[in-house]
Amino acid sequence: MPKTMLELKIVSSSYGAIEALKGVSLRIEQGEIVTLIGANGAGKSTTLRSITGLVPPVSGDILFEGQRLNALPTHKIVALGISMAPEGRAIFANLTVAENLELGAYLQPDAAQNERQMDRVITLFPRLAERWRQQGGTLSGGEQQMLAIGRALMSRPRLLLLDEPSLGLAPLLVHTIFAAIDAINKEGTTILLVEQNANAALKHSHRAYVLETGSIVMEGPSQQLANDPRVREAYLGEK
Amino acid sequence: MRKWIYWLVAIAALAGLQASLKGLIGAYNYQIVILVGINIILAVSLNLINGVTGQFSIGHAGFYAVGAYASASVVFYGGPSIRAAVAFLPAMAQDGVLLLMGSFAAAITAGLAGLAVGIPSLRLRGDYLAIVTLGFGEIIRVLILNLDVIGGSRGFSGIPQLSNFFWVYLAVLITIISIHNLVHSSYGRAFVSVRDDEIAAEAMGVDTTRIKVMSFVISSMFAGIAGSLFGHYTMYLHPNSFLFTTSFNIIIMIVIGGLGSIEGAVLGAILITIILEVFREFGAMRLVNFSILLVLIMLYRPQGLLGTWTLFKKRDRAAPAN
Ligand SMILES: Nc1ncnc2c1ncn2[C@@H]1O[C@H](COP(=O)(O)OP(=O)(O)O)[C@@H](O)[C@H]1O
Ligand SMILES: [Mg+2]
Repeated sequence: MPKTMLELKIVSSSYGAIEALKGVSLRIEQGEIVTLIGANGAGKSTTLRSITGLVPPVSGDILFEGQRLNALPTHKIVALGISMAPEGRAIFANLTVAENLELGAYLQPDAAQNERQMDRVITLFPRLAERWRQQGGTLSGGEQQMLAIGRALMSRPRLLLLDEPSLGLAPLLVHTIFAAIDAINKEGTTILLVEQNANAALKHSHRAYVLETGSIVMEGPSQQLANDPRVREAYLGEK
Repeated sequence: MRKWIYWLVAIAALAGLQASLKGLIGAYNYQIVILVGINIILAVSLNLINGVTGQFSIGHAGFYAVGAYASASVVFYGGPSIRAAVAFLPAMAQDGVLLLMGSFAAAITAGLAGLAVGIPSLRLRGDYLAIVTLGFGEIIRVLILNLDVIGGSRGFSGIPQLSNFFWVYLAVLITIISIHNLVHSSYGRAFVSVRDDEIAAEAMGVDTTRIKVMSFVISSMFAGIAGSLFGHYTMYLHPNSFLFTTSFNIIIMIVIGGLGSIEGAVLGAILITIILEVFREFGAMRLVNFSILLVLIMLYRPQGLLGTWTLFKKRDRAAPAN
């Protein structure tokens, strides 16, 4: 029996009067890459913001390794072992690459461990070493995405949340990013991958959920969804 | 070990200048030098909130006032018994003890005021902070106007003169070094992260409300110390020294110098203090001239005079070789 790492039970979240999530339920087993696909505005980012406490759910339960996250502030949730590379990268523009990474380890007191983790990040994205002392704001889009993922890894999370890591990147860079996602997962990190690029996301994940205007409309093994005619038509651009 | 030697040299230099400066530059210029020092402390401390952490406080004069009056009260009312307790020391050292105790009280009271203002307002969005701090500055002023034990509207007179060039510039050094070290520590980077991207900072595990409140408290403590040094230099305090324009001038200093830069805050404090003195001759035209100058600087250097330029080398972990 695989161990359940994260579970959302009928979670609803809103921005004021706008109900962005309408009873979302999903489950992530330890070691998986689960992808959440859906059109722009479907509520993918809101799902991640609800998990991390940035947009606390109005109703439902969010359980991480059995512990209820709903009422916790974001920094407590991060301390439990969840970390996120937010939508739009959200790099600290005035801090250097090194400082951005150090902030990723903000809650980790063990300096030696942090050094080792930094080396792992550099091995994953050697490009970051070349930009080491550059301010985050001066990096290219692809480099910023590498930095966003690397920064999220610095806290040595057990669950990594990625919000549209391939957005706006050239095909070659998309490939690099997805290769890195595979590698991170192979090293034992569970991943929830939010993407509009359904094609790549389904190729690089074990299971998938399809979100439409705040509700899950389909779920299953990624390969199965990739072959589903409805998914092919709506999300893979086929007729 | 090296650090201690630097401090000894700095203290010796300050003491040497203390002994000779007034004779060298005259009483008028000496007074401006003191004022510059106090304004440097105010600007560098406000820069922690408005520049480094990216919040917007417009009530720094309130904390400056709290510190000034707290220290003056402690020294005025407690002075005789404190002096009696340290009667074995030479008079100059007694002065020092009194000033240190007053400044300590100033830092604590202003810091507590910062906590009281910061906790409710920093949870809210940025614009609330501006309004609350503005209100706070006015409340403090009105409160002082009505407190007779500290002089009320007559002003607080009879404060002993304890501060001088030595103490003011020792405090300047301590302020600059502490805030510089804070900002460049791994803990202090959290302050910058809050300014750059608050959501991302939260996502890194930074308790952003706590960081904002911390920046507020630390900044207020230094403003309080500046107040103590001010009162014990001028020997007289009046609520009119702590008007909104005082807060406004401190904001100008850090904006002119380059928001977020400590060096910029120092430069801004020096420039604005001197300019305000020089423009005194213009009488009513003083503010007009001052405003024109500000507009010109902002037109030609919108990032401030120094922008992100820094004296200090980045102390990063070396780039890994691979
Ligand atoms: N900060 C916000 N304030 C108000 N509404 C928002 C906000 N963020 C997202 N929404 C709304 O919530 C819905 C879901 O948005 P989001 O989760 O960002 O979608 P996705 O990430 O799938 O593109 C959309 O209708 C969007 O307009
Ligand atoms: Mg989104």
